[in-house]
Amino acid sequence: MTGPAPVGGRIWNRFTIALAALIGLAIVVLGARFYYGLGAVTNLNDGYPWGLWIAFDVVVGSALGAGGFTVAFMTYILNRGEYHRIIRPALVAALFGYVQATLAVIIDVGRYWDVWHVIVPRYAQVNSVLFEVAVCIMSYTIVLFIEFTPVVLEKLGWTGAKRRLEKVLFFFIAIGVVLPTMHQSSLGTVLVVFGPQVDPIYQTNLLPILFLVSCIGMGLATVVVEGTVSALALARPFERELLGKLMRIGQILAATFLVARFVDLGIRGALPLLFTARAPAVMFWIETALFLTPVLLLGTAASRRDPQRLFVSALTMALGGIVYRLSAYLVAYDTGTGWTYFPSMGEIVVTIGLVAAEILAFIVVIKLLPVLPPARGAEHG
Amino acid sequence: MLTRRTLLKVVAGGAGAAAATSVAGTAHARGNHGMPEKALGLLYDGTLCIGCRACISACKSANDMPAEHTALAIGDYWDAPLDISGKTLNVIKCWKSGTGTHKDQVENGFAFTKVSCMHCADPSCVSACPVSAMTKDPTTGIVKYNIEPCIGCRYCVAACPFGVPRFTFDQAFPKISKCQLCQHRFGEGKYAACAEVCPTGATLYGPVADLKAEVARRRSLAPGTRTTFPRGRVGGTDSYTGTVGKYVDHVYGEREIGGTQVMHLSGVPFALLDKPRLPDVAPASVSESIQHAIYYGLLAPFGFLAALSLLAWRSIRRETPPGGEP
Amino acid sequence: MPRDLPISPPDELAGVEERFGLPRRQFLGFCVGLAAAMGLPRSAAAAVAKALTSARRPSVIWLHFQECTGCSESLLRAEHPTLEKLILDVISLDYHETLMAASGHQAEAARLAAMQANKGKYLLVVEGAIPTGANGAYCKIGGHTAIDLLKECAADAAAVIAIGSCASWGGMPSTSPNPTGASSAAEILGKTLLNIPGCPPNPYNFLTTVVHYLTLGKLPELDDKGRPRFAYGRLIHENCERRAHFDAGRFAIEFGDDGHRQGWCLYKLGCKGPETYANCPQILFGDVGTGSWPVGTGHPCIGCTEKGIGFARPIHALAELLTVTPPTQFARPGEPQGHGSTLATVGTIAAVGGLAVGVGIRLAKNIGKRSDEDSGS
Repeated sequence: MTGPAPVGGRIWNRFTIALAALIGLAIVVLGARFYYGLGAVTNLNDGYPWGLWIAFDVVVGSALGAGGFTVAFMTYILNRGEYHRIIRPALVAALFGYVQATLAVIIDVGRYWDVWHVIVPRYAQVNSVLFEVAVCIMSYTIVLFIEFTPVVLEKLGWTGAKRRLEKVLFFFIAIGVVLPTMHQSSLGTVLVVFGPQVDPIYQTNLLPILFLVSCIGMGLATVVVEGTVSALALARPFERELLGKLMRIGQILAATFLVARFVDLGIRGALPLLFTARAPAVMFWIETALFLTPVLLLGTAASRRDPQRLFVSALTMALGGIVYRLSAYLVAYDTGTGWTYFPSMGEIVVTIGLVAAEILAFIVVIKLLPVLPPARGAEHG
Repeated sequence: MLTRRTLLKVVAGGAGAAAATSVAGTAHARGNHGMPEKALGLLYDGTLCIGCRACISACKSANDMPAEHTALAIGDYWDAPLDISGKTLNVIKCWKSGTGTHKDQVENGFAFTKVSCMHCADPSCVSACPVSAMTKDPTTGIVKYNIEPCIGCRYCVAACPFGVPRFTFDQAFPKISKCQLCQHRFGEGKYAACAEVCPTGATLYGPVADLKAEVARRRSLAPGTRTTFPRGRVGGTDSYTGTVGKYVDHVYGEREIGGTQVMHLSGVPFALLDKPRLPDVAPASVSESIQHAIYYGLLAPFGFLAALSLLAWRSIRRETPPGGEP
Repeated sequence: MPRDLPISPPDELAGVEERFGLPRRQFLGFCVGLAAAMGLPRSAAAAVAKALTSARRPSVIWLHFQECTGCSESLLRAEHPTLEKLILDVISLDYHETLMAASGHQAEAARLAAMQANKGKYLLVVEGAIPTGANGAYCKIGGHTAIDLLKECAADAAAVIAIGSCASWGGMPSTSPNPTGASSAAEILGKTLLNIPGCPPNPYNFLTTVVHYLTLGKLPELDDKGRPRFAYGRLIHENCERRAHFDAGRFAIEFGDDGHRQGWCLYKLGCKGPETYANCPQILFGDVGTGSWPVGTGHPCIGCTEKGIGFARPIHALAELLTVTPPTQFARPGEPQGHGSTLATVGTIAAVGGLAVGVGIRLAKNIGKRSDEDSGS
């Protein structure tokens, strides 16, 4: 039985060159950011101290990378061997998602040269949600690198070292499930201290649950999107059964998310707010529509084997999670009269550059390293 | 297979519900922090303020802050700050309506208000800061910013419900800026510069207990009564005779998010002065209660980790043929 | 000396040099200055010159009651030109107890004659308060009470001017408990008069008012207390040279302290500038240069022009700030701050979003097609 193999082929084509160009643009903007300060490049201000970089690159970016831990959980904890094939691509996606998020943090944080202070014991403030998020993200990124090492070792042919690492890998896999559970939910708890500055439609003690549930869903959705697109791009058969099972779970999570939100709003007496003409209310309904799509599209077992439906459902679910996070951090946040914020060109260019870097790194890695599973035909043929 | 799937569903749903209820239940577990006994603070009485802005100048001088060039709606002014910022720790703003000719009246009136750190009893910024750059002094209760640990994450800026901490976005090596009640002057026997210079005692400095007594005294007097107003610090030697104004029936900072050491009295509703309406519960207490409920003693994470490690180990061992790969 | 003067035809100014002992240029310069003090345009200087050089000199009766003669003394200090040269030649001062040569019955006779000859056309100037206590017995001149004298002289006057705080609102004699019942001329006559308060008032406030009347035939614009707006329209606080110190919070705390020596604001020492209307900081006193007014010398303003403040409020009591409307350079609560969306940013995000949506739709279609192929349909 052959294992994962590098896809091979040329790295540089029109698409990857375009990605490199976008990265180059971002680097130019970052030069200005580091030389002149955040104000020169971003529209961040004291009313909106967190903008596109935090809300999208860090919060959304890391959530999209959550596919890694979800698949790891199902493969190694629930012992579902059939997910094993996609563990490596999910891991790579997670790795680059978190590296991108970490880079975004370093870029966004004002005193970046001191960012290591979070792990200094005499500075650490353990009541802070951000402390926990920062430490967990740092640790998890390291864990992802450790989990990724066998891939590299395999490529290098260092089988001895690889075997030794794999003996202890189970612990890192376990940590690699605990850590994201902690910080992805805490990315929701981060908003709690903002109190009345977050619109009542979004501000709730249930935030950690909502963020965690939607994150797991987004992770699964990312895996399904990547699975269908790469099968299409590489002319391989679709993994209908596998992806269908993943999206089944995603569908349940989407339903859970919606139910939890509505019940929570009901208990807090905030349901009437949904029908007011305010931006957070509009965003809520957009998210609801997006999360409802997989629930409706994948009702039957047959529909869950249709790659097109799976793809669309995954896309809308991922989008729902993205919109939910952007809304919670940017739209629902109101710091007081007079403040305006909209991402500047600089912020947009850097975000595009970071995403392009993520995509380019993913392409390079799957082409050079044994990540993607072989086509099923090749496996048995 | 079906069993495990159902198990997953049930576990997820059940755990979610349980966590939700426990979280909701423990949300008030911590309760608001109280102020230290000897807490120091300020009392700002908007009816006494004459808008001379001596406090802005004195604050700049005492804290070595540069002048600020901000473009206001009409013309460009040098050192007429728009708002507190990286260069301004204290500002007086003026609300106007209609012709703006009557002080402290809602119709065709104007009123002054002061914006500076409220030195909360249960500060959101202190709870938010991941690196203890914001700390609350256990004796004086002053909320202090220490630049040394600061990483510039701006969580404090986002968390403060009064919008007090300001970040110097225009610098390559930025920092946070906020009033620290001139605690750096305590060694010289001095106190808050804004209170020291205020010619009408609109900004008054002193122990919060004494300031609260002064608040009660003023509120007990009928508007128009002539009375002695202290200037500088409460219980000091400087005072003058003035007229009691007509206060709105609210002391801002008395109960907002658990109480603040800086309190405001006003002749016009605080909403007009852009002072946010806040609940009595400190958001810091809610946030910390949730975190403690989930992570207390790190029991849950470690328990979770132990269980998962065991499952992972068994699953890998089972799936790995001897000498093969997991 | 202004270079481009509104030169009137030569014959109108004939005799100016002889009569006033002034070169023509200087005289015209004075008229320009007076016009400016009244807030009139430069072209009015010609009218001023004409009024001053006209042959007929209006009669002025000047009464003294409960006063220190400081207002007259202040007038005597007028410098440009000197009082005796100009005003005594411009007006006919028919009765002035301090300055006239006559005394006793002669003086009274002169007054009555002037009143008779100029009936309905003379200017009455009142200096000093009028006591009402003991039926006015506290002040009698020639056997007549001040009350009677005032009423008699005011009856046929064309206009009545109250000079000094005493005549304007009671002044120093009216300080609590006001044992003599000192009252203003307006209270005695029962109508609003033109008041020129001050203790003493700046002489040019009076002179300008008189010239305004002579030139234009009517009194200058008055406020609700009968005071000419050109002199009493602004608070001292609005024009004080130490205002920058007030705005910057630099206050003298004690006489002789560091701040006081550096000329800092005297608000905390009780300066009543913020609630007193007068033009002292603008035109000063005595023509001796800058700083020649109370605040300029380092003493807080005592509000001598204002009833209820001067000689009523303690000198060192804190003044109330009568700001009418705060200046516009105050920030408002909730000023708009921050940058919003621009066409470029919205466009870029829309483009990226559109691209993503487009790609998504395309992929979905292709996936659908491929999956149909795979299932052999």
